[in-house]
Amino acid sequence: MSSLLMAGLLFTPLAWAVLCLLLAFRAARLASVIGMLLQMALSLALWAWVAEQGGFFYHLGGWAPPLGIGLRVDGLAVTFVLLTALVGAACGLHAGLYLDPSRPWQRYFWPLFWMLWAGLNAVWLAGDLFNLYVGLELITLAAVGLVVLGGAAPALEAALRYLFAALIGSLAYLLGVALLYAEFGSLSLVGVGEGAGSASPAASFALLIMLFGLAVKAALFPGHTWLPPAHGIARAPVSALLSGLVVKAAFYVAARVWLELGPALEAAVVGVLLGVAGSAAVCWGSWQALRQPQLKLVVAWSSVAQIGYLFLLFPLSHGVPEAVSLQAQQGVTLQVISHALAKSAMFLAAGNLILSVRSKRVEALAGVSRYLPLSLFSFGLAGVSLMGMPPSGGFAAKWLLLQASLASGQWWWAAVLLVGGLLAAAYVFRIYRASFQEVEESDPFYHPPRSLEIIPLVLALLALGLGLVAEPVLSVLGLPFGGEVLSP
Amino acid sequence: MSGAWLPLATLATSLLASLIIFALPEHRHSIRTTVNILAATLKLALVAAMTWGVFQGRFYGISYEMLPGVRFVLRADAVAMLFAGLSALLWLFTTLYAVGYLEGSPNRSRFFGFFSLCVASTLGIALAGNLFTFFLFYEMLTLSTYPLVVHRGTPKALRAGRQYIIYTLGGGAVLLLGVVLLYQLEGDLAFRETGHLMGSDPARYPALIGIFALLVAGLGVKAALVPLHGWLPTAMVAPAPVSALLHAVAVVKAGAFGIVRVVYDIYGIDFAASLGVLEPLAWVAAFTVIYGSLRALWQSDLKRRLAFSTVSQIAYIVLGISLFGPLGTVGGLVHLLHQGIMKVTLFFCAGNYAETLGVHRVDELDGAGPRMPLTSLAFTVAAFGMIGIPPLAGFVTKWMLGRGALAADMAWVIPVLLLSSLLNALYFLPIVYRLWFRPLRGDWPAERALGRLETHALLLWPPVFTAVLTVLVGVLAAAPFSPLAWADLVALRMYLP
Repeated sequence: MSSLLMAGLLFTPLAWAVLCLLLAFRAARLASVIGMLLQMALSLALWAWVAEQGGFFYHLGGWAPPLGIGLRVDGLAVTFVLLTALVGAACGLHAGLYLDPSRPWQRYFWPLFWMLWAGLNAVWLAGDLFNLYVGLELITLAAVGLVVLGGAAPALEAALRYLFAALIGSLAYLLGVALLYAEFGSLSLVGVGEGAGSASPAASFALLIMLFGLAVKAALFPGHTWLPPAHGIARAPVSALLSGLVVKAAFYVAARVWLELGPALEAAVVGVLLGVAGSAAVCWGSWQALRQPQLKLVVAWSSVAQIGYLFLLFPLSHGVPEAVSLQAQQGVTLQVISHALAKSAMFLAAGNLILSVRSKRVEALAGVSRYLPLSLFSFGLAGVSLMGMPPSGGFAAKWLLLQASLASGQWWWAAVLLVGGLLAAAYVFRIYRASFQEVEESDPFYHPPRSLEIIPLVLALLALGLGLVAEPVLSVLGLPFGGEVLSP
Repeated sequence: MSGAWLPLATLATSLLASLIIFALPEHRHSIRTTVNILAATLKLALVAAMTWGVFQGRFYGISYEMLPGVRFVLRADAVAMLFAGLSALLWLFTTLYAVGYLEGSPNRSRFFGFFSLCVASTLGIALAGNLFTFFLFYEMLTLSTYPLVVHRGTPKALRAGRQYIIYTLGGGAVLLLGVVLLYQLEGDLAFRETGHLMGSDPARYPALIGIFALLVAGLGVKAALVPLHGWLPTAMVAPAPVSALLHAVAVVKAGAFGIVRVVYDIYGIDFAASLGVLEPLAWVAAFTVIYGSLRALWQSDLKRRLAFSTVSQIAYIVLGISLFGPLGTVGGLVHLLHQGIMKVTLFFCAGNYAETLGVHRVDELDGAGPRMPLTSLAFTVAAFGMIGIPPLAGFVTKWMLGRGALAADMAWVIPVLLLSSLLNALYFLPIVYRLWFRPLRGDWPAERALGRLETHALLLWPPVFTAVLTVLVGVLAAAPFSPLAWADLVALRMYLP
């Protein structure tokens, strides 16, 4: 059963990528809807399976590592697979209605979209460092292609910047992988973790350079400069995919590497440095978001800030009691999930708003609250989660991270969390404020189709409700991982 | 079984109403009004049923693990029903009033949607069984009131909204810090009658004092304790029903109610007194009582004057809490209700003058009594109640507070009460005088004919009814199920473990 699920899960995105390359926009859209439904069902089934039976190793094609590819299917991985299916399907459905089929290059959205999906699943499930690299590269190439779909010259420029940043990140990561392989003779995460019993300079350097590369790919301050232009200029559903999922992939790899290698290599300083960079990202990103004249840039800069929170994992999981580290991991995982849902909802809603007011500027939103309440409502609900207000997933994450930082005596991270929440409120309320202005007595806006408005609402409601069911969600993440091998 | 569904149903009533109202198109006015009034009535019935059960000692509650180690708890106890009863009752009147007030204006779907959400949050605050759940609903209240404060969409309203949100979110962050620290230290956030911190290690006392300060400062923003009161007078630009909601039904009450919970059900009144945190709180409250009254004296805008009066009146509640003793408790708790009933009347009346005559300033009110006799009568009764003229509601409060102060050996509170009553008289009596005894000065600023009565029927009857209530709760204070009797019950349960 589970091997069939795995096969389906990995095969569908690649097959659909090829299929969609051959089809025109509308046909590809139809095919993709079927593919998305299939992928949703498979992800849900796999999640349910793991929630009930526990995690397992899966050897692709029956070939055992090191010759074959070993996939680690645990609670965390399947949760992210499910998250990808949800957010991916929402963005895909939205894109199908949002993109203009008459432009010839828009049809490349579908193959790139499916490649991205394949890459994401590969990263969540990969059990070794090299396959993580392959997944990351697949994601990068697809993502850069998607940004170019924006069409105009600035989109090309932003995409190129993104490509260079991402390639530097990948190269740094690959160098680290090569060093680790030379040191330990293994590429599997578990193998490397076991090998790194004591601190060796080469392994420490490898860890450092890998984290550097991944931080750039995850747009951690001060390596964030590529993100706002790229996410700001891409089409709304693409921005939603990029902010919601793509940057998380690099962070996920960094976290996995850190949790395996960090403790052994006594890299406390690195952890603190990453935490400081994350805090700076929270402050700087929020400040910039507050100042942006364009709606989508506000949302994009908010991503820079929100990603900053994720990097608090590093100081809070190193040299602290097991329970505190667990709290930090749970908090950060919730932050990943809730930010993925909330930010994609926000980008999709922002896309709808821009479509309606026919302007990208924040001031143009005056009157929106009166005539386009639904789109604003989705945007607002997503904002609640970004601010970390209850009962959202963002609040649950904030609560756990506050606990972890106070329990470990590192109270300064708690200050970052509280101040960051207020700063987020500042830029979110700026949008509300603009849209609550009353200007005209008649409705000057274009009204998008209802289905375009419903999709972000669903995502935002999920982000909001996540906090209420945080315990059950986290209990799947924390399932014991037996490590037995299942192969076809 | 009914133990779980009754609190949930109470909460769900307004949540569901809010969702239905959001989903209804803007022009479906009659359906919206029906839903609103059905929900308000149903909720009142549910709360009444629950109150009866609590009186008989039945248990209503539900809880589940929301985050690792932290539970979401709803629980109906005597204090909860005090607040829930107040907001359910006044919500019905405020809804009726709002329907009349907003007739013919845009954005009603948004208004009533968030309005219901506000009351759902308030009910959640009342029924929260631990500080964590309380915080959830407390922040939800902040968010759902913002659209109401900025409802008019004018630059002034938007500025008021900004100030409101800066104050309340800042307060929320301080409160969250306090809650997290308390959880770190004690690992228990549950509300229990008589509190549960008295067994704490003495080495933790300084930390507990610090946490108390954080919690009260966070809650003090909504309770408008000086110097955290700045948002309240500004927010009076909102429509009159919203002012009623802010001042009487929900927001400032949520802050005061939170302080009640922290003092009695977390720290325990004895333990809080032995920590020495109640006396500074009493000073802050006393200062706020005087300061609010003094500022009210100088306000020429009617609603602004009422707003400063709220600052002063809410501090009575806090003052009652900080007077260590059952009588002070009764005085503070009963004022939670009395102030709500009186202040809602005053804001309704102020709204009527503004809507019917276009009058916003105190000096424009000359001769309004004969033009709008019922409204002015209601206003007069409520103003007399506020001053504390026997046998009206406010007198009962002040009487209990005074006795409480004497019993607690805090005689310095008596002059504060007297001075504040004097000041109340000084800022309310000139209004009453203008209403009835000054001749009309000419045309009203913007007179509108609303219905056959002195104003729209839905604007007229709610304040009249709450004014009658002001008299009744004072005259019948000794009857069973009066606010005073219920506050006695609460105090009894709080002081006798």
